[in-house]
Amino acid sequence: MALMQIAEPGQSAAPHQHRLAAGIDLGTTNSLIATVQSAVARALPDENGALLLPSVVRYLPGGGIELGFEAQENQASDPQNTIASVKRFMGRSLSDLKEAANLPYQFTDAPGMVGISTVAGERSPVQVSAEILTALRERAEATLGGPLAGVVITVPAYFDDAQRQATKDAARLAGLTVLRLLNEPTAAAIAYGLDKAAEGTFAIYDLGGGTFDISILSLTKGVFEVLSTGGDSALGGDDFDHAIADWFCTQHGIATLAALAPTQQRSLLAAARKAKETLSDNDTAPLSLTRAEGGVIESSLSRAQFAELGAPLIAKTMSATKRAMRDAKLGINDITGVVLVGGSTRMPLARDAVREFFGRDPLVDIDPDQVVAIGAALQANVLAGNGASGSEWLLLDVCPLSLGIETMGGLVEKIIPRNSTLPIARAQEFTTFKDGQTAMSLHVLQGERETVAHCRSLARFELRGIPPAMAGAVHIRVSFQIDADGLLSVTAREQVSGVEAHIEVKPSYGLGDTEISAMLQDAIGASQEDMLLRALREAQVDARRMLDATETALAEDASLLSPAEIKTIHHAMFMVGDMLETDAPVQELRARTTQLGAATDEFAARRMNASILKALAGRTMDTLA
Amino acid sequence: MSVSLTPAAARHVEKSLAKRGGGIGLRLAVKTSGCSGFAYTLEFVDKLNEDDQCFDSHGTKVIVDARSLGMLSGTELDFVREGLNEGFKFNNPNAKANCGCGESFAV
Repeated sequence: MALMQIAEPGQSAAPHQHRLAAGIDLGTTNSLIATVQSAVARALPDENGALLLPSVVRYLPGGGIELGFEAQENQASDPQNTIASVKRFMGRSLSDLKEAANLPYQFTDAPGMVGISTVAGERSPVQVSAEILTALRERAEATLGGPLAGVVITVPAYFDDAQRQATKDAARLAGLTVLRLLNEPTAAAIAYGLDKAAEGTFAIYDLGGGTFDISILSLTKGVFEVLSTGGDSALGGDDFDHAIADWFCTQHGIATLAALAPTQQRSLLAAARKAKETLSDNDTAPLSLTRAEGGVIESSLSRAQFAELGAPLIAKTMSATKRAMRDAKLGINDITGVVLVGGSTRMPLARDAVREFFGRDPLVDIDPDQVVAIGAALQANVLAGNGASGSEWLLLDVCPLSLGIETMGGLVEKIIPRNSTLPIARAQEFTTFKDGQTAMSLHVLQGERETVAHCRSLARFELRGIPPAMAGAVHIRVSFQIDADGLLSVTAREQVSGVEAHIEVKPSYGLGDTEISAMLQDAIGASQEDMLLRALREAQVDARRMLDATETALAEDASLLSPAEIKTIHHAMFMVGDMLETDAPVQELRARTTQLGAATDEFAARRMNASILKALAGRTMDTLA
Repeated sequence: MSVSLTPAAARHVEKSLAKRGGGIGLRLAVKTSGCSGFAYTLEFVDKLNEDDQCFDSHGTKVIVDARSLGMLSGTELDFVREGLNEGFKFNNPNAKANCGCGESFAV
């Protein structure tokens, strides 16, 4: 029994009034809202009883909008003004959207984020998302009979800061208070009450309409930690529809899906989708298309045929799953539970593959379309203060890509490796390249590749005031720190003098999941090439260092050499310098650098002798002893 | 028809009023809300309303409005310490059910 305190006149708080809170799964294909009522979380249906709201907004001339199913129906007839999968554009600039050319929208390059020209004027992805969120808010408020105190919105685990911020902005625009953004896999784990278990390691396999995410979570003492994430932001249920549609085209002698008129493409894809859904419960599904020039063409697809069509796609998800397991440094036996999320995991094809890989039955009791929203609703309920005290979750995150700095030769030295849990701090020592170097330029990069050109530049800054010293004698400590909000700060400090330079990087200009997965795939595919390139760059750095040293020596002590010897050294220098201009084979460059070394051996010995003589001049053995 | 304080409750109210730097006394009231139908409120009093009734308990003024009195009659307000937490507790003979949190009750 709680004890009461005295309040100021008229300011008594309403006693533990149940604050209305909801969880929202703002999906690429479909969105939904769920809430906790009488200790049970459930998704809220619209007036027609539908739980899912297609994430589609159609702008009409004159300012009106159509939303959800209505908009989806008219997508084929008005593709330009009907915005689907807007989640892909959140927090993205035009240059981020490689697929922009293949979409029916007219994008405008607004600063920071793309805009979409519609008949109702330019709309930003934030505004489009806000329309979806507003509809969900109105649905919840009508059902619950009061304004929502706050919501939890889910986002993919590797949404970057710009994308998360855009999601928050959309919520604010929709009149919602965001209690927090929750990673989708974590929400799924919460929905299954996995947080109630003492410990465990869980794999969340999320195959949605247009995206695939795999996340490995570990739970220790009630704390969820994302061990690793992976996936393919361009792989989902839609791809299975396409596979069926392509198969249908081949069956009927149509060259490609693209050869059809846009409206025909849409109706064929819709038919393919229906066939796919039918095959989850039936052995065959009919498929038909009314041709524009008249006539109907038909096919029947069997489950076995579909399994064959979908196999390459499922294989992709499984290879991403393996990679995530590897990143988490876990074996199959370490996994204590597997959760299936996303409507596409209804396909027996996907379930079987997951079961086979993990050697256990995945959790499927909660509708895979709703599981994320339900987890979000449970979390929202706790955060709004409705839960029992102490039932709060602390969720840790990971950095999706390695962070490092540029070193000589355009190489990237990784300081914080990918999938490190946040917050994290790591430091590494670097040194100067030239004698008397008093400044150092630091270039902060994000990515998995070995070379600067292939990584994303995050920031540059300079450390000045380094005390002049021999190359390599200075110790500069570079520390990377990422706090719990994902904010990166980099500090460079010269150890002797204590001079320091510092920069904070707002990862708003960072990478999205599309690029992250593209870059990861790139890195894996290119590791061989990268190693060769790294070897070459290192050889080039060595060669340059040798040239610099020789030049310095010649400037100081050319008098120790005969003109012929100087000529030999100059020639060796030229041979190396010439090769530096081109990306010549590593072995050749190494050989010439070695030749230069050999050509200057004698010179180095003489310089050594000369300086010893100089040091000894005028001293007797007695003073030396 | 009366409402009273335990000596401990009265002492705490006096101390609170002194700390606050003024006030006539303590108002007990009932609002229709909360999970069990009605909820108690406890407030300082700076001015009396027309329908207020004033009780004296151990030298401390307890003020209750006419509408709330019906449901509070016979109530004794206690001040207790439970572990690290301390606060007021209603002992209301009219309440048939209390909710777990004690802020709300049914008659």
